[in-house]
Amino acid sequence: MKNLGYLFVGIVFGLALTKGEAISWYRIQEMFRLESFHMFGIFMTAVPIGAISIYLLTKFRVKTLEGHPIEKPKKHFHPGIIIGGIIFGFGWALTGACPGPLYAQIGSGTIVTIATLLAALLGTWVFGRIQHWLPGFN
Amino acid sequence: MELLYKPWPWYLAGPVIGLTVPLLLWMGNKRLGISSSLRHICAACLPAKIPLFSYDWKKELWSLFFAGGLLLGGIIGGLIFANPDPVAISSKTIEYLSSIGVSQHAGLMPTEIYNWENLISLKGFIVMIVGGFFVGFGTRYAQGCTSGHGILGLSALQWPSLVATASFFVGGILFSRFVLPFILSL
Repeated sequence: MKNLGYLFVGIVFGLALTKGEAISWYRIQEMFRLESFHMFGIFMTAVPIGAISIYLLTKFRVKTLEGHPIEKPKKHFHPGIIIGGIIFGFGWALTGACPGPLYAQIGSGTIVTIATLLAALLGTWVFGRIQHWLPGFN
Repeated sequence: MELLYKPWPWYLAGPVIGLTVPLLLWMGNKRLGISSSLRHICAACLPAKIPLFSYDWKKELWSLFFAGGLLLGGIIGGLIFANPDPVAISSKTIEYLSSIGVSQHAGLMPTEIYNWENLISLKGFIVMIVGGFFVGFGTRYAQGCTSGHGILGLSALQWPSLVATASFFVGGILFSRFVLPFILSL
């Protein structure tokens, strides 16, 4: 049942990505050419609101629905953050999609993006297969 | 009614996206992030004894429900209540795109690139398949994508996520400036 809750949050997130045109190939081209504020406006409102929310959740020690303490997300540095990040940037410029928009692009009627999603799954799998030869994991 | 078909301005889409961060944490300590769903699908379908995919993916089922929600959100916002007008990108971008042979029609995606026949053309294959591969490979290597690093990680003031987000943009800006025009002109 709880999973239906996550499905619902996913719908809201997907709706915001779609209606905010963050899944649009055109918007991503415009963003990387720095020719409009639109996409940067999305980041510059989403991040402070996320940050203030996390601050308030931890300050008031809000518990989760099941009564557990909320754990502040931590991210660790490794070389893949830069190398993988740049490779992802290439893919983002080509497809106009990050992983989230891939699902929403399919939903919004560009069915052929299923092929892009399958290619992304292959990319994930190949990374898993060869990661021990890559900087940061050996 | 007409309002339902209109695109959202950034000052509506951004805050809604930002609010999913505390919502997921509050619902069950879940971290916003979508590239991990790709990993879970690999773990479910073809783990092949690869350490990265050898874990109990069923414990991460929420992530697949969340991804399913994204698909439904796309159906609602992009199909049922689709904006009948072309995306209102800047005239500079329109000019650039038409100079390399990409015209703009109603809809979120350029259908002259994104269609089934094109999958076997060089241009379509590079854009859709090589591009998709880079997205999957790169996000897993960076251990996160635009949502996991760019929204959640930055919201949690994690400096590695700032490096990640900067890398995404460095890659994307350089690629779209120096490589993409040649690919799109193919």
